[in-house]
Amino acid sequence: MATNSTQPVFIAFQDNNDTRPIIDAIMADNPNAKLNEMPALVKIDCPGRLVVKRETISEHAGRDFDLREIYINLISLAGEVDESEDEFVLEWKSR
Amino acid sequence: MTVEIRTTGVKPIRNTFEHLAKRFGDKNATRYQEIAYDIQPLVNFHYKPLWDPTRDLYDVRRTAVVMKDWYALKDPRQYYYGAYTITRAKQQDALDRQLEFVEKRELLRVLPAAARQQLVKTLVPLRHYEFGANMNNSHMAGYGFGTIYTQAAMMNCMDRLGMAQHLSRIGLLTDGNTGESLTEGKRQWMEEAAWQGVRREVEHLFVTRDWFELHVAQNLVADSLVYPLFYQHFDAAFAAQNGSALSSLTDYLMRWYDETSRWVDAIVKTAAAESPENAKLISEWTVKWRDIWVAALEPAAAAALGDKAADVLAAVVAAFNTKAGKLGLKL
Amino acid sequence: MAADGNTKPPKKLSLKENYAMLTRGLDWEPTYEKKEDIFQKIDFEGIKIHDWDKWEDPFRLTMDAYWKYQGEKERKLYAIIDAFQQGNGQFNVTDARYVQALKVFLNGIVELEYASHRGFCMLGREFPGAGPRIAAQMQSIDELRHATTQIHAISQYNKYFEGMENFPYQFDRVWYLSIPKSFFEDACTSGPFEFIVAISFAFEYVLTNLAFMPWMSGAAFNGDMSTVSFGFSAQSDEARHMTLGIEVIKFLLEQDPANVALVQKWIDKWFWRGYRLLALLATMMDYILPKRVMSWGEAWTIYYEENGGALFADLARYGIKPPKYADVTIKEKGRVSHEMWSVFYANRNALGFGIWLPSEEEMDWFSEKYPDTFDKYYRPRYEYWRQLEAEGKPFTCKVLPQLCQTCQWPCLYTEADDATEFVHRESDYKGEIFHFCSDGCKDIFDDEPEKFVHAWMPVNQIYQGNCFLPGVDPTAPDFNPMAEALKFMGLKPGVDGGLFKEHLDAKRWEQWTSRPANIHEGAYTDSVRSTETPTPRAKP
Repeated sequence: MATNSTQPVFIAFQDNNDTRPIIDAIMADNPNAKLNEMPALVKIDCPGRLVVKRETISEHAGRDFDLREIYINLISLAGEVDESEDEFVLEWKSR
Repeated sequence: MTVEIRTTGVKPIRNTFEHLAKRFGDKNATRYQEIAYDIQPLVNFHYKPLWDPTRDLYDVRRTAVVMKDWYALKDPRQYYYGAYTITRAKQQDALDRQLEFVEKRELLRVLPAAARQQLVKTLVPLRHYEFGANMNNSHMAGYGFGTIYTQAAMMNCMDRLGMAQHLSRIGLLTDGNTGESLTEGKRQWMEEAAWQGVRREVEHLFVTRDWFELHVAQNLVADSLVYPLFYQHFDAAFAAQNGSALSSLTDYLMRWYDETSRWVDAIVKTAAAESPENAKLISEWTVKWRDIWVAALEPAAAAALGDKAADVLAAVVAAFNTKAGKLGLKL
Repeated sequence: MAADGNTKPPKKLSLKENYAMLTRGLDWEPTYEKKEDIFQKIDFEGIKIHDWDKWEDPFRLTMDAYWKYQGEKERKLYAIIDAFQQGNGQFNVTDARYVQALKVFLNGIVELEYASHRGFCMLGREFPGAGPRIAAQMQSIDELRHATTQIHAISQYNKYFEGMENFPYQFDRVWYLSIPKSFFEDACTSGPFEFIVAISFAFEYVLTNLAFMPWMSGAAFNGDMSTVSFGFSAQSDEARHMTLGIEVIKFLLEQDPANVALVQKWIDKWFWRGYRLLALLATMMDYILPKRVMSWGEAWTIYYEENGGALFADLARYGIKPPKYADVTIKEKGRVSHEMWSVFYANRNALGFGIWLPSEEEMDWFSEKYPDTFDKYYRPRYEYWRQLEAEGKPFTCKVLPQLCQTCQWPCLYTEADDATEFVHRESDYKGEIFHFCSDGCKDIFDDEPEKFVHAWMPVNQIYQGNCFLPGVDPTAPDFNPMAEALKFMGLKPGVDGGLFKEHLDAKRWEQWTSRPANIHEGAYTDSVRSTETPTPRAKP
């Protein structure tokens, strides 16, 4: 479901080999996302809504990816979470 | 790495924290010691708990047991969080293969209807017993005294949720993931006469506030009766009729029980050895709760084991009495 | 394949269904004992819950998955900690000042993780719904994990540096550690709903990003792979906890409109209390990290004003407003770390870590990051203090500071609209006067005076003679109350605190590593090899 909100959500990962395909997938799936790199971490900001898709990560990683694996390297997030096997969504519902 | 050669020759100025050096001397401490000892605040509490204004946040007065040093209550497994989770992850990995084996071949679904029903009405209600044990151990971990005890109780609390979920999975293996077995198990738990004694006593434990008494009643007494009764004796009787598919899944519960008993027993043994007063008090609790639980389990045992129930229960109780004696309790 | 009437293939369960099957329905309506006897602590706060089943579990973790993923994280983390210890990684950090921050961390924060573990554990017993109880239990054991891994990660430093060896003892006694101690004890002694709003929402959801993201990134930037590894590994749990924080708020607000006012009151209280607690981190970020990632002011802008702003915009639909005095925090963001560092400098002999004045280079960084405040208020002060140090008579505070009855910081904050005027508020309760550092803290006291009069106030305790070790004779001619109070607190006078350039850590660091103990000052001792080309010493 689309949201009208443009309030920023974000997700942050450790900057390591395991997170490259996750970050690449998120950047591919979210055209409005902005990448902010800090020492040892990568923060991805996006207005309103950000989606993490299992399928895209699997493509980038070249293997079947279990979406719950993102928790191993996840540092933080902002926004309301909705999680299923295929998608991990962060969004704000109000403007 | 940019470490210079000369820094590798640098000798430490101390080998451990002061509170550990006081207990064990100034030598390298184990990771278990580093978290288990002296971490819980002891003095200079700021406010009176709104929920218990006559006592401090952490207070020895929440049990009638008295210890000079609560950190005597060592966990023989020496679990700290990492050792605990990594051990459980390995065990779960092995269990997952068993579950997969049983699921792929539908070993529980192909059992005759009567056997499946027997399994569901005997084992699935115990998921609620485990969930009760989960809440009781949360009480012990939340209101107990001394990190060395409370952290082990916390792990036990999570273990019990794991056991409840494992029993739920056994149910789902009999019903093809429809959840019918869970509904039936709950109906048994809530309504069937066989389970009402057990449920009554689990609820009785919910209003037992002395955390050490709860440790005795739940972890020592009730578990020492329930686990052998169902996962050993009922399992053996069921296997004699239906093959060992179920045993491959109850084996996990018994292994967990054997491992956990080392902790449960050590706590009781150490506290009882502390003073004649403790020994007397803990013995009284043990007798009181043993008698309560044996009576509560009689109908459940009868439903599970038929005319063999009385003998089996007597054997389980005898084994318990022997164990309690070895822990320094007078029954 | 299955026997009689059981022939459909097993249903494939989604994550949500699997979680629901394994978890939901585990609890039951008790009939042998009264519900109010089982759950005794759930009613006294006035929160109304009509249907616990409306609770949506924010993270649907079953224990098998929990063990699997947490076990994996632990394996990774301890591999790094082992490598760090074997490789003497403690000498790879930027300089020995960085280690002073770890003392604040170990001595002040480990025990907060522990308190959080115990607090959530009580919730894991007291909530009547299975979903919230399990969520609280999972958070509880996670917090135990954090206390554990922090001690393990920092343990190696304790073997080579002063001031960490006595952390549990100090936490119960040291004057500035009563700030974090009273914070969490306030939460744990509250009712379960206030606790979860305080910790899950106000503290973790709204405030901890600010602490952990830039601070941990800063640890990495300064070469501390041990700390950054536990920090990030802990944060991956926090991400789950934050989801719990927002779920709790929504659940409470949706259950009954009467809950809104209570929740708002707790958000106001705990936002302010959390903000005051984080002043410790403001000084760590701005002053103690030798190489900095971002300033406290920048972090506040990003993580509170922008991300917090989005959150409160979202909650507006429930009638929730941004926290009271949020405007004050924004006005203070250019001042808070400088005011606190000044307090630490002035009271440095009563601290558990070494203190220094910022170098020219660091002051230039402050001027750039804090253009409206630094040159105007703080640079002249530091330059004056530097001059006093050069003259051999460094400025010291001789009297014990007045502490705020609520947050327990010294009352040395300035007025929101006037950085030259100290705030001083007071309340009269039953004929006794209580002092506060701010309107936020005064409001909190005024709402619950009966609770806050019981605070263990270190300075008051010292004056009352309660802070001396047994056997100390206050009538002896050579009795030194300050030195005796420090010993009581577990601080070693002349070792733990004081000027960093005279600190044992600094001397040993230069002797052991041949690198300057303060990269911005050049060498303090002759131990630093001449082949090193230290940054030129700042001119006074």
